Amino acid sequence: MSDKRNITVTVNGNTYEREVDTRTTLVDFLRHDLELTGTHVGCEHGVCGACTVLVDGKSVRSCLMLAVQADEQSILTVEGLALGGQLNILQQCFQDHHSLQCGFCTSGMLMTLTEFLRDHPEPTEQEVQEVLTGNLCRCTGYLPIISATLDAARKMREGSK
Amino acid sequence: MNKKWVGASIKRKEDPAFLKGEGQYLDDIHMLGMLHAAFTRSPHAHAKILSIDKSKAMAVPGVKAVFLYRDLPDIVRQQTLPLLVPHPSIIKTKLPYALVNEEACYVGEPIACVVAENRYIAEDAAQLVEVEYVVLDVANDCLDALESSTHCAHLDMSNNIAAKFQINVGDTDAVFKTAPQVISERFFQHRGGPFFMECRGAIANYDKGADAYTLHVSSQGSHRIKRCMLELFDLSDDQLRVVAPDVGGGFGPKGSYYPEYANVAVAAKVLGCAVKWIEDRRENFLTTHQERDQYWDVELAVNQDAKILGLRGRLVHDNGAYVPWGIVVPWISATTVPGPYVIENFKLDVFSMYTNKIQVTSVRGAGRPQAVFAMERLMDRVAQTLGMDPAEVRRRNFIQPEQMPYNVGIIFRDGRPVTYDSGDYPACQAAALARADYLGFKARQAKAREAGKYLGLGMANAVEATGLGPYEGATVKISTTGKITVYTGAVPQGQSHKTTLAQVAADALNADPKDIQVITGDTALIGLGIGTFAARTAVTAGSSVHLAATDVAQKIKAYGAAMLSCAPEQVSINDGYVVLNSDPQQKKSFREIAVRSVGMPGFSMANGLAPGLETTSYFTPDRSTYSNGTHVVELEVDIHTGSVEILRYTVAHDCGKLINPMVVDGQIVGGIAHGIGNALLEQMVFDDQAQPVSTNFGEYLLPLSTNMPKVDMVHLETPSPLNPLGVKGAGEGGTIPAIAAIISAVENALSPFDVRISHTPISPQDLVELLGEHALGETTL
Repeated sequence: MSDKRNITVTVNGNTYEREVDTRTTLVDFLRHDLELTGTHVGCEHGVCGACTVLVDGKSVRSCLMLAVQADEQSILTVEGLALGGQLNILQQCFQDHHSLQCGFCTSGMLMTLTEFLRDHPEPTEQEVQEVLTGNLCRCTGYLPIISATLDAARKMREGSK
Repeated sequence: MNKKWVGASIKRKEDPAFLKGEGQYLDDIHMLGMLHAAFTRSPHAHAKILSIDKSKAMAVPGVKAVFLYRDLPDIVRQQTLPLLVPHPSIIKTKLPYALVNEEACYVGEPIACVVAENRYIAEDAAQLVEVEYVVLDVANDCLDALESSTHCAHLDMSNNIAAKFQINVGDTDAVFKTAPQVISERFFQHRGGPFFMECRGAIANYDKGADAYTLHVSSQGSHRIKRCMLELFDLSDDQLRVVAPDVGGGFGPKGSYYPEYANVAVAAKVLGCAVKWIEDRRENFLTTHQERDQYWDVELAVNQDAKILGLRGRLVHDNGAYVPWGIVVPWISATTVPGPYVIENFKLDVFSMYTNKIQVTSVRGAGRPQAVFAMERLMDRVAQTLGMDPAEVRRRNFIQPEQMPYNVGIIFRDGRPVTYDSGDYPACQAAALARADYLGFKARQAKAREAGKYLGLGMANAVEATGLGPYEGATVKISTTGKITVYTGAVPQGQSHKTTLAQVAADALNADPKDIQVITGDTALIGLGIGTFAARTAVTAGSSVHLAATDVAQKIKAYGAAMLSCAPEQVSINDGYVVLNSDPQQKKSFREIAVRSVGMPGFSMANGLAPGLETTSYFTPDRSTYSNGTHVVELEVDIHTGSVEILRYTVAHDCGKLINPMVVDGQIVGGIAHGIGNALLEQMVFDDQAQPVSTNFGEYLLPLSTNMPKVDMVHLETPSPLNPLGVKGAGEGGTIPAIAAIISAVENALSPFDVRISHTPISPQDLVELLGEHALGETTL
């Protein structure tokens, strides 16, 4: 029922060559072909943001992108955030602020915010609130995610001085 | 060490794995040779099946099997899915089969289970199962189903009443005959579904040699799921292990038993390999249990001093197509009505109605938000009718702290009288009002009106039964490596059990929580369990951990003392050692003691000590312990667009002793978000044929970050006398009064236009309609 193609992708610095069905979504490819299960499938229609990854630095709903479209591109997933097994600043702020409960939306949140903080090192609270409208969380009520993001931005600025 | 961990906001042990993408949710589990299931589902809310042709589906390359009702093993075919909570008020018990036999009763009811090499192929083939239907009339709205419709949700029924019962306290009708003021109103309340972020899922495996199954399932209660499976498949206890891995949210409906779990088990045995099913989001909208519609027709009798004389009425509840949890939701609704108020005369007739929609079972709050909404709306009506301050109306009716324990006069779902154990309701409301600057609100409101803005303030009080029985157990064990492990049947879905239960055990064993591992939700590791729902785990599992860990501490001191040749009173536990008090240099490590405690072949146990450093406790609470709270909401309504912006959200909450305040705050804020959704956003919409038309997150609106106000929280800590930790449940208190408080505030904001709101959720369109010409901006007051 479907064609196959060979693709080469770099994920978290590692390069993979795989044959994939053309209809395989990027998230299924990451999760099932590469066994990178940290990226989660929440809605399969691009609303909840749980599957967010960065493709060539830009946030993408990996449920709405086909794996073949990622050919020759570089992908960052949640597994690529920690540094030598240590939580990075944003991840640590998430723990400090109790920004996750069930943890299922968390990887998408982190990827959205990784891109956001890279581009907005001095965000306002309202900007953080707005960027988070693309990611659904049913557990936390978002407030601790907002405070963790502002705290992380502060710490990143201090760290880069 | 001697540090107390209970009461400390320590960071969560769960977080590092989740933050690094190393959680193990159901769909992250892969088994060798695993196949994938997808379901053919009824596109009709009510239909009779004439024939099914699976040949085209079977012909798809990669398809391994297609199961219909007739293909199920006899034992599964002959039984419906189990009734979890029977009750004598159920008039006609309707439960589904694992696959539809002849009559489909809601959109999405599974008809065929297709198993294939991968999910893509399984979904392709599921669409090729050809089913010939006769479409039947539907029971759609639950009030119509009771009063006017001749359409029955089930062909073999002549009406739609699933259950009816009456709550009756005092002599209500007599009071109404002489009451100086009677306020009556109809409230329509709709709540949506749970909409956890991780959809449901299950993986079944079958071991032919052992004739035993393993089921991994994204559930709130692995032992409950196991009980259901044992019944349905007629298995003995050792023939099934159920494991709940990391669970991505639950909010009630993940505690139910669903037909897909039976189907993957059937397929695993027939096909001889693991079979996985993962719910997609459309299936989640169609087939995961929801909590939907209730119509309340209620009357409140008061005297001129605003004292409640009596309350009576009728509650009509939409039960959906089947009754897996019996009458749990309407029963909780009915028994929650009195809340913190003295109501000596109370009569409520409750009808639970079958409709051709997915089953209604508990969603966070479990019928309580509706009861609170009805009660608190009536309190606002009293204030409006008598021209009194709404806070004062409530204050005059509170149960006083010196009346505790307070017998409300009604029977809860556990069969015990509703008896509030503790709490100070007047103090709770006073604390919330003070924090919300209630006295200053009138000035804020007046000032805003001068600027053409409409501010409103609303409040609501609630009392919540938590820590329900029968029990949740815990095994605390110090293994021969010296490591402390807690096993429990409780299954966290975000509630932080692995942290909070470690804190409880740490205090008993004078250890650091980071050195205590908590393993949840595996039926192989603790014999009995119930699961995590109904704000019960801190009370039940928490107390069991406390009791078991305290006992293990006694055991290790006894062994350690024997090894140090002294009495147990002469030693203490410190940081993994049993230490001689008089000479701390003399000590034995947990590891040494644990090795000794398992004994040596051929040698007797010394001093009559029982072997092993392991204790299992099942704390069985005598009755529920009652949390309470007051929510105060200040918001602005844009009268032109109907949009509502919450400006200030204040909570005073009493859930007894706090194990981890950070975690409790998180539960409450998350619960408020759920309440905001229920008040302003979330609506499952069905067409006139009971076809769901809000089946994705574009059509069904969940709260977003921009919907959330800042939350200001005051904790009162009235310890529960009913358990050794003094704790009460905290998982639902954020949601329960939220809807009532928000709607009250919206109405207050629109008081210049005399708008009355008697339904939820309320959309911007609803508000614009209620405002009528005012919303056009033509009329100002």
